[in-house]
Amino acid sequence: MREIKREVIVEAVKAICSDAHYELDTALVDKLKSFRAEEEHKLAIDVLDTIIENQEIAKNERKPLCQDTGIGIFFVEMGREVYIPDGSLSEILEEAMSEVYLEEPFRFSVVSDPLFGRVNTGNNTPPMIHWDIVDGDQLTITFMPKGGGAENTSALKMFNPLDPLSEISDFIVNTVKEAGGKPCPPILVGVGIGGSFDYAALLAKKALLTPLNESNPNPKWAELEQSLLERINSLGIGPMGLGGKTTALSVKIKEYPCHIASLPVAINIQCHSHRHKTVII
Amino acid sequence: MREIYLKTPITKEKIVDLKCGDKVNITGTIYTGRDQAHRKIVELLNANEELPFDLQDSTLYYTGPILAKPPALFSSAGPTTSSRMDRLTAKLLDNGLRCMIGKGPRSKAVVESIIKNGAIYFSTIGGAGAFLATKIKRGRVLAFPELGTEAIYELYVEEFPCYVAIDMKGNSLYELR
Repeated sequence: MREIKREVIVEAVKAICSDAHYELDTALVDKLKSFRAEEEHKLAIDVLDTIIENQEIAKNERKPLCQDTGIGIFFVEMGREVYIPDGSLSEILEEAMSEVYLEEPFRFSVVSDPLFGRVNTGNNTPPMIHWDIVDGDQLTITFMPKGGGAENTSALKMFNPLDPLSEISDFIVNTVKEAGGKPCPPILVGVGIGGSFDYAALLAKKALLTPLNESNPNPKWAELEQSLLERINSLGIGPMGLGGKTTALSVKIKEYPCHIASLPVAINIQCHSHRHKTVII
Repeated sequence: MREIYLKTPITKEKIVDLKCGDKVNITGTIYTGRDQAHRKIVELLNANEELPFDLQDSTLYYTGPILAKPPALFSSAGPTTSSRMDRLTAKLLDNGLRCMIGKGPRSKAVVESIIKNGAIYFSTIGGAGAFLATKIKRGRVLAFPELGTEAIYELYVEEFPCYVAIDMKGNSLYELR
């Protein structure tokens, strides 16, 4: 067993919870710049230039990229040889995240009861945590603060196995069309196909974390990703829904085996301010 | 793209010639208000009680800003999704609200109320909170401090950039495609 002390984890997690709000990954910035170079719509170019300038201000002046500093989502890959002697990992993650939100100029965006009262919890807790137990003695933790505007336009549908691929593609494209300017396009589209009702949604969220320069390893799925991206960018929604051809920067799909009677399809929409950081301990 | 500079208060006369796609830079006093502030304003209107600010010819910005550590005032203050306010917007427009700043499309009922009241809807740039905060020169909590980020703030902005998304005649950038 490898022992990892609470304080080591807290320090590492605090760093990613903070940095995620100030710096986009370079692949995303490159993607924004390459779409900006291809865009022809004047207003769209103006919006994309501002988005590119915004991430420079955020990075150089340590100002949050977006005032919606999100609800906290963690993805944890815990090596089965890891032993934490002084606390449960979920409690440690919550503590580290809330400390960052209290110390930094971040917004508390979580209410305790979704229906009755909607009182702010005052420290952005609780986060949501997804767990994977893996081989080895390392702890890999990803923090992905998720804004409400884009999350609200996500969708899930249980298809039948006999439904044609064209209907599934239409569902994905129409979800983006329906979302229009609401989720702060240009967006990233994460799609989960297969598994179960809950698992498809998790796959869709994990698909958003696929590196932008990677496609699905299966050529058939990679081709589907590309054709969906082309269809979405021909809708004319454009940055902020004000017109143009830059509606989505990427479509990523994760697939999984499913029940003989089922064909779940989940779409998780992410805004251009796709904030996520990973640390390996 | 036509670029226009406007000073608040923004009257009907100042927006009558604005068209969808125009870029508008706003200077002056504007107010923030999102979900819970709308609920409170409508409650006050229904009870015929005094509002925290005069709605007549006012400009309302849908945002839940982040206050920075001193001396910087706001660290990030971009728009939130406007359509969540659609349910209560007509009531505010009927009582004098002139300009709305947010992001994303509005309902048919809001567009009809914009036409009826001679109002206008601007989109600014979602996700550009750090950039937009540099345009806010002063600000204070005006009402409902208990709502935290959802309180009503009075802001003084200089050349705050936005685009005409739905003009006074009800033309909409969201429907042109």
